[in-house]
Formats: sequence, C-alpha cells, structure tokens
Amino acid sequence: MASQIPVVDYLVLDAEPHLVVNACVACGARFFDRRNACASCAGTEFRREPLGRSGKVRSFTIVHRAAPGVPTPYVSALVDLDGGMTVKSNIVNTDPTPEKVRLGMPVRLTTFVVDSDSRGVECVAFGFEPAN
Amino acid sequence: MSDDIWVLGTHMTKFGRYKDQDLIDLGATAAMGALADGGVHIDDVGIFGCGNLNQSNAGVGQRILKQIGQTGIPVYNVANACATGATAFRTAYLAIKAGECDMGLAVGVEQMGKQGLLGAANRAKRDEKVFEPNGRYGGVLQTEGVLGTGLMPGVFAQAGMEYAYENDGVGFEQFAKVAQKNHAHSVLNPLAHYQKEFSLEEVMGAEMISYPNTLMMCCPTTDGAAAAVLVSGERLRTLSAEQQRRAVKISASVLNSDPWTPSSQVQPDVNTLTRQAADRAYELAGVSPKDLDLVELHDCFATAELIHYDNLSLCERGGAGEWIDKRGPWRDGEIPVNVSGGLLSKGHPLGATGIANIYEVTTHLRGEAGDRQIPDAKVGLTHVIGLGSACAIHILERSGR
Ligand SMILES: [Zn+2]
Repeated sequence: MASQIPVVDYLVLDAEPHLVVNACVACGARFFDRRNACASCAGTEFRREPLGRSGKVRSFTIVHRAAPGVPTPYVSALVDLDGGMTVKSNIVNTDPTPEKVRLGMPVRLTTFVVDSDSRGVECVAFGFEPAN
Repeated sequence: MSDDIWVLGTHMTKFGRYKDQDLIDLGATAAMGALADGGVHIDDVGIFGCGNLNQSNAGVGQRILKQIGQTGIPVYNVANACATGATAFRTAYLAIKAGECDMGLAVGVEQMGKQGLLGAANRAKRDEKVFEPNGRYGGVLQTEGVLGTGLMPGVFAQAGMEYAYENDGVGFEQFAKVAQKNHAHSVLNPLAHYQKEFSLEEVMGAEMISYPNTLMMCCPTTDGAAAAVLVSGERLRTLSAEQQRRAVKISASVLNSDPWTPSSQVQPDVNTLTRQAADRAYELAGVSPKDLDLVELHDCFATAELIHYDNLSLCERGGAGEWIDKRGPWRDGEIPVNVSGGLLSKGHPLGATGIANIYEVTTHLRGEAGDRQIPDAKVGLTHVIGLGSACAIHILERSGR
C-alpha cells in the first residue's frame, strides 16, 4: 500500500482520522497552527488536543468562480465541531446546491486522497459529509 | 473647539478603468484637487499620508510629491489591506493631533490591473513533485478549494451566511436587496464606475460567483484615487470665512485590529472589531446611530453590507434582514447607506476606498452633492474593513455655518 501524508499537519491519519489543535494550558484557546504565544491570553504553554469528528454547519458558500485550477462548483463551510472548535473545509459527498447543503446540517469528518507525488506518496485531505 | 481636527479640502477622481494614467497621475490629480478645494497650497502641508496596496513598496507618496511639489515634508507610505486609505487619512490626523504640524494631506490611490479579487494564478508546474510539509500548518499542497475557500468572495459569503444562521429572516433575497439598492443609488453619482439600475430578479439571476453572492453582489475591479486635506482647529480660525464654512469636523477617528475570538482561527471575524470600533466612535463623537444622516460602509460584497447594519447598530440587533426588507438603508429610508453606490457600483480601488467614502460624506455635509444630496445632512459615518483585519471608522459633522 502506498504511503500517505496528511494535507496539513493538524490532520492525524490513524484508524479514526481526526483533527488536533494546540490548546493554551492557561486559558484553553485552541489553534491549528504552531504558536509563539496565545492570541487570547499571551500564555506560552500549550498541549495537543484531539477534536471531535462530527459537528454542524455554521456557515457555507457554494463557490462557482474559483482560483485557477480549482474544480467548481464546490462547497466551502465553517463547521462547529462537537466538543468545541470551528474548522473550515469542503462539504463533500452531496450535491453543491442550497437545497442539499443547509445551515445547521449535521456533518461528520471524512478523508480522501487528493493527489500523489512522484514517489507515489498519497496526499490525504479531509472534508465533511452529511451525517444522515 | 480648537483641538478638533477638520477636513478642509477633498477630491476624488471618477472611479473606473484608466489605461492611459498610472497611479501617480491618479494620485496627483486627487491631491491637487483636494488642495485646490481647500484653498491651500502644497507649501502649507506638513505631513503626507499615502495609501496604496499593490505598489506599497515603491515609494508611491514620494513619487506623487515629485509631481506636485517636493517640499521635503515627511511621507508615510501606508498599507493596511482595504483599510489602507482610511489609515493614511488617520496618519495625517495623528500628526496634527500630536502637534507636529497644523495641516496634512492624505491620498489613497490604486491601479488594480487585471487581478480582481480572486488573485492571480501562482501554481508552478514542475516535473518532479515531492510532498513536503510547509508553512505554519504543515501544508503539502495548495489548500484553496480543498479545505474550503479563503478568497474574498467566499470569505464574505460565509460571513453573511453565518449571520443568516444566527438570525431569522435573512437569506439570498435580503442579500440581493442590498445590491439592488446600491446599484439604484449609483445612478445619481457621476463619479461611480457603474451607474446602472437592476431589478431584484436581475441581481438574483446574475452569474453566481460564491453563493449567495452573484456577480452584481460583488464589487468590480476599479482604478481611482481620492484625497483629503486636514487642518487643526487653530489653523482653521486663521483661514477665510468661506473655508471655515465648508470645513467638516472629524468628530471621531478610530482604527483597530481584530481581537481574538474562538471562530477567527479559520475565518476572519469582521463583526467583533467593527462593533468595537463603532461603539468607540459613537462614544468619542457623542453621537448615537439615530443621529446619523448618512453612512458609507464597506460593501465589498452584498453579504458584508447586511451584517454591518447590525455591527454599526444601524438596525436592531439581529434585525438586518428586516431592516433591508423595510428599506431602512435606502436614500429615502431611516438611515441612508451607500448613497454613492457603494463599493458594489462606485467601485473599490483598494487604497482609495477609505478616503473616497470620506469625500462622499464631506460633500453631503457641505450640501454640495448635487442630484444625490441627502437633504440637510449634518452627521455622517464612514467605515472600512481590511481583511486580516483592520477596521477604520470616522464620524464627520458639518460646521456650525
Ligand atoms: Zn491562552
């Protein structure tokens, strides 16, 4: 089987793929990027925390005119994860229409291969699909 | 009050596409227009704040002075996203406030080229491709379109839909009504890039760019410049009665950046900083939203304008959908918003926008806005957002006459 690499380092590819954050030990604020300090309280101590794999659509847009090379239409969404934290990604495995994608819709994390490099290493991305 | 600071002169070029003029031509035209409008000379000016984004490392302010008068004054070349022009204005304001000089010039200018708001293609083709984590998120490829969108049309569409999620009575139609209004307003503004009215059906039926924003709900790609001359109250007293009569008081000048909010890790929160800047501006000016005769706010997309009705407290909290439904922001409504046509029809030359809205409000407060004049306008507010984020708000009041 080809080896795989996550599209971003806050996606963990294990038996149950999930997202992780750097959480501020002092105030609990959560961040996807590496930190110099906390944007909320300026604290400097962080711990890794796994995030929930399901959530609700807080907002979305259906992109019809995109940057060059990006297939359209597709749905970009902000998802409020169960257990806290908002994440942005695509809504997949449903029609990109306002009839199929609704505000407040329950969704769950899913992963898929988006590209492979010259060595055959697969890049795995995450998105969200309707939960029922 | 002698410690107030005033707009003495202002000018803007017609907004549009300029193939035969570069940004120095446009900036110099606006600067000379503002000096002439204020009845003063470049020799009177003690500081120059120059706002430009696309050539922000190219000494634009100095190059403009080389066209209109190299008097040796300090130049501050300012870049602050779409708040660039307003930040340049505030740079001159701060220098006067600090007592460094008693008169300042602010220019905002932009030549947008062909890029528009989607940006240019920058994906290099390589023979060999090896995935390696890069940057602060360890990304191995371009994530735009893979992990959602971070481009302007999508970001502001999502900001609008977030408001729709949290508040009743907001949807595609309410957002479209914003664009219908601004295009209707633009018909009266000869300086607007586009001056054409469209029906609600035409707005909603136009090409979809990023749902719910159609083409007519996105600002066009526009070149242009705007300028203002600012003066201290003390210096203004030494000028002619006519200059004093036409001067407009800057009752509040506020600039802030985005405070931390939980959801702003993945999408800039344009609401919290606008609300905080507005509250501060109302407090500084001693003015309430109900006192406003007109507002020029940052309608880069129709979805953005609607949420700012709420952020600027022009409507009841959560009531922006209802407010546009009852025509509150139309020019004959409760508080006229974007009677210039707004960014949606007037255009959005990034660096110029924040001074062009000061030009618009100043012109109404002087009673010189011609066909689009809001009758007896006494108090106005300008607002811009630079994504990333910066918010600038100015409250302007006409002189006692
Ligand atoms: Zn913290």
